[in-house]
Amino acid sequence: MYQSQAVIGITNAKKNPPLEQCVWPADALNNIPDWVYTSQAIYDQEIERIFRGDTWNFVALEAEIPNPGDYKRGYVGATSVVIVRAEDNTISVFENRCAHRGAEFCRSSQGNTKEFVCPYHQWSYDLKGNLQGVPFKRGINKVGGMPADFKNADHGTRQLRVATRNGVVFATYSDKTPPLEEYMTKEIVEEFDVPFSGKKLKILGYCRNELPCNWKMYHENLKDPYHATLLHSFLVVFGLLVPGIKSTVVADKEHGRHGFMASAKPDEVYATVAADDKAEMRSFSDNLRLRDERFLDYVREFKSPWSANMMTMWPNLIVQRQMNTMGVRQIIPNGPNSMVMQWTMFGYEDDTPEMTRHRLRQGNLMGPAGFLGLEDNEALKFVQEGLRNSSTDNNVVKLDAGHQGSARNLISESCIRSLYQYYREVMDIRVAEKAA
Amino acid sequence: MKERLTYTKSDVPPQRAAVLRAEIESFHVDYCAALDANDVERWPDFFSKEATYRVTSRHNALLNMPVGLIYCEGLDMIIDRAQAVAHSQMFAPRHMLHVLGITRVLHEAGDTVSSQTPFILMQTLVEGPSTVHLAGIYHDRFVREGDRLLIASREVVHDTEILDTALAYPV
Repeated sequence: MYQSQAVIGITNAKKNPPLEQCVWPADALNNIPDWVYTSQAIYDQEIERIFRGDTWNFVALEAEIPNPGDYKRGYVGATSVVIVRAEDNTISVFENRCAHRGAEFCRSSQGNTKEFVCPYHQWSYDLKGNLQGVPFKRGINKVGGMPADFKNADHGTRQLRVATRNGVVFATYSDKTPPLEEYMTKEIVEEFDVPFSGKKLKILGYCRNELPCNWKMYHENLKDPYHATLLHSFLVVFGLLVPGIKSTVVADKEHGRHGFMASAKPDEVYATVAADDKAEMRSFSDNLRLRDERFLDYVREFKSPWSANMMTMWPNLIVQRQMNTMGVRQIIPNGPNSMVMQWTMFGYEDDTPEMTRHRLRQGNLMGPAGFLGLEDNEALKFVQEGLRNSSTDNNVVKLDAGHQGSARNLISESCIRSLYQYYREVMDIRVAEKAA
Repeated sequence: MKERLTYTKSDVPPQRAAVLRAEIESFHVDYCAALDANDVERWPDFFSKEATYRVTSRHNALLNMPVGLIYCEGLDMIIDRAQAVAHSQMFAPRHMLHVLGITRVLHEAGDTVSSQTPFILMQTLVEGPSTVHLAGIYHDRFVREGDRLLIASREVVHDTEILDTALAYPV
């Protein structure tokens, strides 16, 4: 994968400490040290304990592989995997690495096949990742070849456990990961089931971008309602998210690792914003008006109080629903200073052609050129660049201090605090003792 | 992208194609000059009233996926996009440079002309190197209005499978 700005990609060694030097500041809830975002050792431990730990990682939508033999390339953490629907209609996820010499054998982004054959020495695997055939296994005229005790069954690909919920496919490396619904927790399952009710999805397309920021920043950004009204003038001017609007910012009660930020758009096209609030928001403009207001039409298609819901499911999934544009985003970590985002936009199979076009028009809000997506991408990049070579090394998360978990209003960082409390436990990171 | 990007044979005789190519090139030169000058508010001037505009990857085009990084139906949406980029969007300052290849004229019918033109879009950020931001092909349908060509449909199909951070300006 690429690093977009490799030319200026050097991180000060002080920002890249080994694990034993990674000690969280004593006032742990209200501060985040820079090394969380910049240390290679921390990143390596995240891959082991989080992405290969007891977590369910999003890998695909079932609508992408509807028929037996359908497959697609995907990722768990930064590791390339293949997601396949077998003849018996079950879904398998296995590492895209030949058990022989390690070649990444699946090279097409998606397709349909009866087996996978490694191009290097033509070892072949079935649709569940089991080794089927080794050419010249017994040598030529019984000379050469594999030893007699070589068993195909011992040399399959690394296979992951798979779980699905209403057309969404997850995989885990761990035998200890609890059942998917238990992992998600009740309130997350309820919101997840709004767009994923079991109704057949229709994939509308993909995009992919590299963000020169740490992967956790993307989670934080969606647990940070404070930025939404300040960075995104579009949200504010068009009343999609303004101070005082009906909204909620939730962290799951059990771990604080999943969450969602939801809001209910009022019926007016343009926002009414109190003069006091306006003065606080530099990016607000009364003059911004649309010529094509179809863009803001909202078709109420769900029994949900929320017109928008941005959900984060630890460690790698974002479920996006803003009015009628929907998508999933997968975080692919790419070292401490970079991540890749894969966006998959979808609607439903029974959408009318006009509804599909409506979703596509509203899709202008999202993605790396979206009115909202662009700004988040840019802001996160600025943060990473700010961290990497500065002499200071701390981030302050004190909004609505003293509160953790679900936020009381939009001016709060309580969900970020609860995420990092969970993170410190999983990563086994020491907190400095308070000075006497 | 009905033909799914397969090679399409031109049905325009070479001498006529040369005339049309010169006309389309004049169009491209001005279009790119406006964008390369960061004058995004002039961008809608190149489109007809009913124009459609989409930026999408070759991957999407091959799968017949309709999504666009930018997706506009009609001149009003194109103007809204230009206004938002010019006045409300937050992104780091940058310069874009469009480098175009040779236009293939594919078809002419009455006042409309279809063509394909390869492009490379370079991006330069403050203190940054110039990097290839997108590489791809414009799939265009022009309509003649008076003595000008205007875009009736532009599909910007890029080969680039991973975008550097964001796409701030139209292509």
